[in-house]
Amino acid sequence: MDIFLQQLINGLVLGSVYALIALGYTMVYGILELINFAHGEVVMIGAMVTLAVVNMLMASGVDLPGLMIVAAGLLVAVAVCMALGFVIERIAYRPLRRAPRLAPLITAIGVSIVLQNVAMLIWGRQYISFPPILPSTRHDIAGAGITDLQIFIFVLALVLMAGLVLLVQRTRIGRAMRATAQAPEIAGLMGVNVNAVISFTFILGSALAAIAGVMVSAYYGIAHYYMGFLLGLKAFTAAVLGGIGNIAGAMLGGLLLGVIESMAAGYIGDLTGGFLGSHYQDVFAFFVLIGVLVFRPSGLLGERVAERP
Amino acid sequence: MKSRLLAVLLATMLFNLAACGKKDTAPGADGAVVVKIGSIQPLTGPQSHLGKDNENGTRMAIDDANAKGISIGGKKVRFELFSEDDQADPKTATIVAQKMVDEKVNGIIGHLNSGTTIPASKIYFDAGIVQISPSATNPKYTEQGFRTAFRVMPNDVQQGKALGDFAVTRLGAKRVAIIDDRTAYGQGLADQFGAAAKAAGAEIVTRQYTTDKSTDFMAILTAVKSENADVLFFGGMDAQGGPMMKQFKTLGLNAKFLMGDGGSTPEFIKLAAGSAEGAYSSLPGLPLDKMPGGKAFGDKFTAKYGQIQLYAPYCYDAVSVMIAAMQKADSIDPAKYLPVLASIVYDGVTAKISFDTKGDIKDGAITLYQVKNGKWEVLETVGGAEPAK
Repeated sequence: MDIFLQQLINGLVLGSVYALIALGYTMVYGILELINFAHGEVVMIGAMVTLAVVNMLMASGVDLPGLMIVAAGLLVAVAVCMALGFVIERIAYRPLRRAPRLAPLITAIGVSIVLQNVAMLIWGRQYISFPPILPSTRHDIAGAGITDLQIFIFVLALVLMAGLVLLVQRTRIGRAMRATAQAPEIAGLMGVNVNAVISFTFILGSALAAIAGVMVSAYYGIAHYYMGFLLGLKAFTAAVLGGIGNIAGAMLGGLLLGVIESMAAGYIGDLTGGFLGSHYQDVFAFFVLIGVLVFRPSGLLGERVAERP
Repeated sequence: MKSRLLAVLLATMLFNLAACGKKDTAPGADGAVVVKIGSIQPLTGPQSHLGKDNENGTRMAIDDANAKGISIGGKKVRFELFSEDDQADPKTATIVAQKMVDEKVNGIIGHLNSGTTIPASKIYFDAGIVQISPSATNPKYTEQGFRTAFRVMPNDVQQGKALGDFAVTRLGAKRVAIIDDRTAYGQGLADQFGAAAKAAGAEIVTRQYTTDKSTDFMAILTAVKSENADVLFFGGMDAQGGPMMKQFKTLGLNAKFLMGDGGSTPEFIKLAAGSAEGAYSSLPGLPLDKMPGGKAFGDKFTAKYGQIQLYAPYCYDAVSVMIAAMQKADSIDPAKYLPVLASIVYDGVTAKISFDTKGDIKDGAITLYQVKNGKWEVLETVGGAEPAK
């Protein structure tokens, strides 16, 4: 039982990070019907910038608690990623807004390749390790262990998601976002500044991505210039699993995907009598995705239900 | 318009032809004959730090040889490095191997991984090009019957046995858990380790798998934890081993963590970020300061390229022994110097190098290390007298 619980904890922590990234995909899709494939790279840039700041502060000998140093790095990373998100949309997507849908998809992939290579040139090809400055005390819950960092990641992710829901449902800009998602032209006629709303969506998604990037690199202790690729793919899967364009769906999909992966890695060997090993965890996650899409083509919660009247 | 295009095309083709012809026959700028040494390592991806290290070791050997002003076959020669990236990927490895063959290199240093070395070795064998791998340790590499395949590092049969014996007799392992990264190297070494540990009296309680690109090991480590293993062996590289060690501590596992040569790097300690203390690893060959030319090599390498990661001394030796064979045979033609290389006895930086009939190095030693105070410290060296099987 404690093993089941431990796998559940592993899965929920991983899943909450997936969910944060998935929100970026889903918000952009909800408004532009565009899959922003560069989103995974924004996550990577967030992690890299934070690490650069953290390492710089550590090297300069500033005597601050670890949490403060990481928070400082995170602030810089969020700012950088917000700017990045704005610039990506401005350069790669806005000029193609009325182009056939394939064109922005290709530029998205192009931006992703550019970002990866820029990061490789700046930070090199090596894995960069995250200094062990965050508290990582373990607590025992019914035989399973959970660290401060895991609790922190999970809680922060939930708070951010709750904040996002409030923002979208309760604020003026949130209403503008929902309106733009429903019908951009009409929203424009009603006085919504559509371009500003789209820019805001990218900035918001990128900020979440930066935070997710820091979480991942702190959790696993490493960052790398192509870490964004698989993360992005997983988060995209999570978004589709929950129903792309649907904010609640992205959260559910992310958490579910994390738990599925964790359980698959833990139990797949036993279940198949050793025929499939734990390295099939990714295969299993994508298999679940295929299964869901066959029976519910628009994802678990359906596409963009929140925006439909 | 059309005829102009044709003219341009023709001119380009002629120019290319001329350039090709020039490359093959004309001597280099200083009048020396160019000897092409191919180096194929993973220069991008998670293992690029090791690949770059290998490339630097190779480059240093080539620079040293050029500084000596060697003449072969009555003509002055100049060695040139042709470096390619195989991304530690078997598919890419065969493509760049073919590229090397087309380039008509005189010898190959590489590849780094067993998984890339083995498929590429057939291409070199078919082309008759001598290949010396500095670091591929999977026994299969030299068991294919390719007389062009050599290695300057003891293979995994020896390493796995040394690790298995060490785990049981020195660490007192009774319940052993094994994880491997499903590469030819990781899987092969894990199998050898498992067999040796079992033979020495331990029980294999679980076998888990990951990949050579993973970063999340929480789930499989949780599965390992449930089996109450007292030793965990990981067959894989430092890029996974370091983070695995960190997550291993996060989960509060009590087992001892053991890896093969792929984990025996400073990078492992860096990536484990404060959690590396107490980890064990093995490395074929002697520790650097016990190698015949280790100290001098280490100082020179560090001054030029920075800290040695892992296999750089072996690359240096691979190049040096290849050049020595060329000098002895008085030919840069692989067909001529290959028989000389097969029977050579050469005093290298890492050891006295000579090959058995398969192309494995004779008299391989295995050294065991442990992380103490944030550094790999030598525990003991086993073997060294026994010839490689």
